[in-house]
Amino acid sequence: MPFGNTHNNFKLNFSVDDEYPDLTKHNNHMAKLLTKEIYAKLRDKQTPTGYTLDDVIQTGVDNPGHPFIMTVGCVAGDEESYEVFKDLLDPVISDRHGGYKATDKHKTDLNFENLKGGDDLDPNYVLSSRVRTGRSIKGYALPPHNTRGERRAVERLSVEALNSLDGEFKGKYYPLKSMTDAEQEQLINDHFLFDKPVSPLLLAAGMARDWPDGRGIWHNENKTFLVWVNEEDHLRVIAMQKGGNMKEVFKRFCVGLQRIEEIFKKHNHGFMWNEHLGFILTCPSNLGTGLRGGVHVKLPKLSTHAKFEEILTRLRLQKRGTGGVDTASVGGVFDISNADRIGSSEVDQVQCVVDGVKLMVEMEKKLEKGESIDSMIPAQK
Amino acid sequence: MPFGNSHNQLKMKNTCEQEYPDLSKHNNHMAKVITPVLYEKLRSKQTPSGFTLDDVIQTGIDNPGHPFIMTVGCVAGDEETYEVFKDLLDPIIQDRHGGYKPTDKHKTDLNPSNLKGGDDLDSNYVLSSRVRTGRSIRGFCLPPHCSRGERRAVEKLSVEALGVLSGDLKGKYYALKNMTDAKQQQLIDDHFLFDKPVSPLLLASGMARDWPDARGIWHNDTKTFLVWVNEEDHLRVISMQKGGNMKEVFTRFCTGLTKIEDLFKNKGHSFMWNEHLGYVLTCPSNLGTGLRAGVHVKLPNLSKYRQFEEILKRLRLQKRGTGGVDTAAVGGIFDISNADRLGFSEVELVQMVVDGVRLMIEMEKRLEKSQSIDDLMPAQK
Repeated sequence: MPFGNTHNNFKLNFSVDDEYPDLTKHNNHMAKLLTKEIYAKLRDKQTPTGYTLDDVIQTGVDNPGHPFIMTVGCVAGDEESYEVFKDLLDPVISDRHGGYKATDKHKTDLNFENLKGGDDLDPNYVLSSRVRTGRSIKGYALPPHNTRGERRAVERLSVEALNSLDGEFKGKYYPLKSMTDAEQEQLINDHFLFDKPVSPLLLAAGMARDWPDGRGIWHNENKTFLVWVNEEDHLRVIAMQKGGNMKEVFKRFCVGLQRIEEIFKKHNHGFMWNEHLGFILTCPSNLGTGLRGGVHVKLPKLSTHAKFEEILTRLRLQKRGTGGVDTASVGGVFDISNADRIGSSEVDQVQCVVDGVKLMVEMEKKLEKGESIDSMIPAQK
Repeated sequence: MPFGNSHNQLKMKNTCEQEYPDLSKHNNHMAKVITPVLYEKLRSKQTPSGFTLDDVIQTGIDNPGHPFIMTVGCVAGDEETYEVFKDLLDPIIQDRHGGYKPTDKHKTDLNPSNLKGGDDLDSNYVLSSRVRTGRSIRGFCLPPHCSRGERRAVEKLSVEALGVLSGDLKGKYYALKNMTDAKQQQLIDDHFLFDKPVSPLLLASGMARDWPDARGIWHNDTKTFLVWVNEEDHLRVISMQKGGNMKEVFTRFCTGLTKIEDLFKNKGHSFMWNEHLGYVLTCPSNLGTGLRAGVHVKLPNLSKYRQFEEILKRLRLQKRGTGGVDTAAVGGIFDISNADRLGFSEVELVQMVVDGVRLMIEMEKRLEKSQSIDDLMPAQK
């Protein structure tokens, strides 16, 4: 791969015009914002690990996007990417995260007691509840850029940390490369297994290199808390269970996360975080909380209502199919989750989900009875 | 992408053991040859343009291979790769090219009058004839490593050179990025169009970056001579026509290639070539002549004969389906071509195809009449 220091210097022998990518058919955040001037300004820069501008944008150059889905089109290779390439990434962040300014501060709140309610979403409608986030371990390059040695070190540290958890968090690590067929089948049935990325968005950024080396899944015995190691981020942390008790899920999420963070800090490897961007992750879309809190909920009537999209927008929620991002909903069951990641805290975002889903279930019940929901349409949050 | 100079220096902080890839499930030439000792020796090195050992081998790590097909598992990023990493590449070349030694010299012979016969392969059996090779333009990095500026420069030079051709070689260039649907359909129907690589072997080495920027197809008006620009190599040159007149195809091939080489030289750019490796191309499997000469030939009886594979081997030929490498034969029609690339000249390789196919057609005719072919069995060439 060509984008390190030496070849980057070679590239400077060519003019900006010669090297500037052709983005005429592109529709992603990077393509909207990367002007020739910004390219000229940033093209001779690199982070301390040697990550360059072309590394940041390659995925957006190779994946023009879709007329309806606005992809980000750039990734970070290390913590410093967000600083060295701020002239590109700050506008991308602002565009993606509702106008979040370069001077804004982000609030972190992982105190589950601050969540009001959330323990009583109607299980006749809410089939399951889940909260996920990502964490990056300070001092290591991120998945688009890390070496095998770094990736393995992240795995080793993570497994040590996770194996020291006890109580409801006691669990086991399953490395992808030595997983038995039986274990694999089980993990698929539990909806836990992640597979080698096939999305060209991830492949073009180099995240699948050396697969499955250094990758694995850890989960507790109860199968309610799970960690993905070295997929799109160093760690993805997930709490989930059937039914509508989001409060319990969020509590487990916060407690587990904080325990893990303490153990990492003891080893002098905290998580990447700063007061402007919150938790630093590979994709700029996951900055801030990196949190997606969601439910699988039956909304066959509401989802066909003329104002469904508008309601979601006002509640600051988004819908996905039950297979995750880019899948279609099946049988009127939707994955409803928070749309925001940065500029509001974890508690704020889960509160949006809890309050919003409660309201939408009430709307669904009204529509079942043939009643109007006009009086219930919320104001923009 | 992580493999440039700076990050390679950072990688050196990890031990060889920490960085050495896990190749326990791998079956390709690279995995067979590389050892921790070799990795240790080469991992601090880089070519003048910054191509490193991990750049060379990444595709072989990401694509463990297949129990039946032996892939190469490594690529060159520039001309110097074959020198800087010779401790790895020489044994691979030896393994892949029938024992070709680091001290061996390769013969180039593009004089079509040295080919004996080849103008009379029975067109009841031979449906089409084709010769292809690749060429790399000295001074530019190869497709796994080149920048957009370099790739565009290669395109510009190529289009200028090809634009000068006249007579039966006079033709036109069709850039992939502004091809009309009609033209695209035409090129598909002519079996000329190359598409964005989907093979993970190519994708993992970075050859599809910036697609379709600076990629295109040039062909002459009579559609018998065609050049691919910036696909797997800088140039792929192809001569083809229906029927069995391989001599005519090879003559046009040699004439066209020689003219193109002169045109490049006039512009101060020669092709990458040396007396040990012949023509230098991206994949070590294509060194030497880079030549694959073949026919589509009907051999329904012979192909089911128990000694078919043995006959091919002795004739130094290989079979493929009519869709090209890794496709299956349809209707008893096979793509039969030379197995060798390096250590034999172009004339010698095409001679093997001509002589071998003539013999196999004789065998097919015998088998049609249920006659024995034992007396026709060839010795090992």
